[in-house]
Amino acid sequence: MAQTRTEKIVIDSLKARGKKERNFRLFGVSAIALAVIFLAILLVSIVSKGAPGFFQYYAIFEVELTRERLDPRGDMSDQSLFEGQAKKIINEAVLEFTGAKNRSEKKAARSLLSNGSDVRLVEFVKNNTDKLDTMQKIKFALDDDADSYFRGFIKKETPEKQRRLSDIEISYLDKMKKEGLISYEVSDYLFFGSASRNAEMAGIKGAFIGSMFTLAICFIISFPIGVATAVYLEEFAPKNKFTELIEININNLAAVPSVVFGILGLAIFINLFGMPRSIPLVGGMVLALMTLPTIIISSRAAIRAVPPSIRDGALGIGASPMQATFHHVVPLAIPGMLTGTIIGMAQALGETAPLLMIGMVAFIVDIPGSVTDPGTVLPVQIFMWADFAERMFIQKTSAAIIILLLFLMIMNGGAVWLRRKLERRW
Amino acid sequence: MLLTTYIIIIITGCSLFFIGRNKIVSISKAEDKRPHSLYIYYGFFPAILGIAPSLVLLSLWIGFDDVIFNQMLKNRFPDNLIIDGNQTVLILIAKIQNIASGIIVGKPEQWVISLAEKLIVWRGYSNIMIAISSILLSVTLGYFSLTKIKIEFRARIAVEKLMMIGLVVCSLIAIITTIGIVFSVIFESLRFFRLIPPLEFLTGLTWNPEFEGAARAGSDQAGLSSYGSIPLFVGTFLISIIALSVSVPVGLLSAIYLSEYASKKVRGIFKPMLEVLAGVPTVVYGFFAALTIAPFFRQTGSLIGLDVASESALAAGFVMGIMIIPFVSSLSDDVISAVPQSLRDAALGLGSTKSESIKKVVLPAALPGIVASIILAVSRAVGETMIVVMAAGLAANLSINPLDAVTTVTAQIVTILVGDQEFESAKTLSAFALALTLIVITLILNFFALQIVKKYKEQYE
Repeated sequence: MAQTRTEKIVIDSLKARGKKERNFRLFGVSAIALAVIFLAILLVSIVSKGAPGFFQYYAIFEVELTRERLDPRGDMSDQSLFEGQAKKIINEAVLEFTGAKNRSEKKAARSLLSNGSDVRLVEFVKNNTDKLDTMQKIKFALDDDADSYFRGFIKKETPEKQRRLSDIEISYLDKMKKEGLISYEVSDYLFFGSASRNAEMAGIKGAFIGSMFTLAICFIISFPIGVATAVYLEEFAPKNKFTELIEININNLAAVPSVVFGILGLAIFINLFGMPRSIPLVGGMVLALMTLPTIIISSRAAIRAVPPSIRDGALGIGASPMQATFHHVVPLAIPGMLTGTIIGMAQALGETAPLLMIGMVAFIVDIPGSVTDPGTVLPVQIFMWADFAERMFIQKTSAAIIILLLFLMIMNGGAVWLRRKLERRW
Repeated sequence: MLLTTYIIIIITGCSLFFIGRNKIVSISKAEDKRPHSLYIYYGFFPAILGIAPSLVLLSLWIGFDDVIFNQMLKNRFPDNLIIDGNQTVLILIAKIQNIASGIIVGKPEQWVISLAEKLIVWRGYSNIMIAISSILLSVTLGYFSLTKIKIEFRARIAVEKLMMIGLVVCSLIAIITTIGIVFSVIFESLRFFRLIPPLEFLTGLTWNPEFEGAARAGSDQAGLSSYGSIPLFVGTFLISIIALSVSVPVGLLSAIYLSEYASKKVRGIFKPMLEVLAGVPTVVYGFFAALTIAPFFRQTGSLIGLDVASESALAAGFVMGIMIIPFVSSLSDDVISAVPQSLRDAALGLGSTKSESIKKVVLPAALPGIVASIILAVSRAVGETMIVVMAAGLAANLSINPLDAVTTVTAQIVTILVGDQEFESAKTLSAFALALTLIVITLILNFFALQIVKKYKEQYE
């Protein structure tokens, strides 16, 4: 078959073009693969670090709960229990077990259990008053260095000077292990403890409750205002310079970096209005301003998706525009609005930077009881823990991250479910 | 006290609802006529008027009472008081407020205690006054609206007018917030520029705000603090470039593949997966960068003989790039899908391969939208904070070496403003000047991106 010159050029180039085509496809696939690998590495590294953070080592000691020593005033009040000798009782049990004799040995033995052990003993006594004056086996958390030893981060082979545990301490720990006193269990401190400098006692309860308060304020402020704005702009606003200005502002707000909202909160709420620092109320207000654009934009889309026939039908049988909107259009748009709101709330839950600036980074041990009590939130707690050097904090941080991610997953999953389940296709 | 006031107002409102409704029912029965609107509107009208204005009054009062008290306290400070670095007006006021709330640290001066006692008295009066005045307002407005209820009163129209006012006020909040941001930032920035000339801020090569206190105390180290923002902008630029060189190729190529090649099923799996990357909180990325990526880069660097700082721009930029991938890919995906099928068909019909049709026809057609998505990614990178704070360090080095530690505008804002600070110092104010430049940059970027998208949309519609 005779070939024209053009045909020849085309046929000759086919191979190269086919190769280019395959390469291009390969680029595309590898880009996606890369992105997925990044995601996988991120999740695997967090989960592998965080999974051990949900557990910690405890030691079971038998202590004698002498009434006079624990409760010197005899009225079981907090003050009386505080004045009692809980710490001393625990130390005696440890010293008896280890058989420590001289001063340095005793010091080593005392340092093995967590600093918060006496609080745990007092809690136990408070909940089990009938067990006073008996011998009881109670589980105490190990100090974070001892914990690290059982996890294998502190090794016996390392020279004594270079590790955080002395030889005596390690020999005591080994003895405990041999006698079966050590147990590895789900960490109750992680879930029920609050901020602490001691890694073994640190927990997320305070931060979690702070997050809930902050989110509640954020929702109470941003949802009604966002929906009202969306309704006004979609249903009633005349097309003029003024409404255009509102729209431009909403778009601009969506583009402003989140730190700037923190600055706004600092300058206006705290400096001008004189509100206290570190409180979930201010945090929620700042986050509300940040999530407003998300809610407004998604609510407008939801309203726009309601077919005009609904509105026209309502108007046709004599409803006023306000009635048509609030009795017919808005109820149909609510699932879409809620979806956008949940996504906005999920963003707010993960936000850190603006809250740092209004002082929610303070070290607060008390668990906030209301929106005006100083507190912190989960992401900020993660940020603070990430700064601490103790090995155990890395695991606790990762565990806190896993909890945060779980919440975000639930929220986003809920949003997707809501969209699938409730949103009507017209 | 305040809570009771709230509850009283709400209860008043609810009872106004029933009184209003019962009133119109009995009137219409007596006159044997139907009123203009449905009965329920005659209940809503007094209820709204009874609740809404008093709640607004109450909230405003709570917001502003401390501002007024602080001014009153300031006027009562002793004349011979020395205001200096350790004893600013703000600290003194905080001290008085603490004593008034029962927190006494050390031994405060006599005048401080007497002012604190005064503050307690003022607060008491203020609470009583606000309670009385808001309840009074609620009752008078409610009574007034009840007197208006007659058979010919157009309650629905009135209620709808009130609702409309509510809607307009809500949509004004977006404007008020923007104005609030802009004014608070501009106002404080102007105070900063009164202390530090703008030229020094914009062109200076060293950023070192730490010696502020020493300079004002007149010590020998005076003049050591300097506010040249160039290193911060170079750092921001460097990290953004690194982030973009990760996210643009990966994001764009994934967008092309997902929209042009992938089957619906594959697309349904991988598109949400990419979007998960955008949903992970930035503090998690920061932790990941500082604990996993940075040590990895440092070890790899030392293997091939490079000295990588433990907090390097590379690690922060790389992780930021991962975070931004979905921002590039999802908008690019949208614009590529929006290119009319006819263009693709024409290119394929002329004998081009799929990749040729994409490269020569689809991408050029979608280019404006792709550029817009990249611009939005830039603005995202510039405004990102936590990754940089946790992984890129705080040292304001003027360096374009990605292996060095650098800092960014956002990271500096955070470090300056975290913790207690006084609003008088140039150090604190400098954060506002930085924020101002940040806002200006991101708004300009956003404006251009939106303009491009808008123009592009018109092309095919």
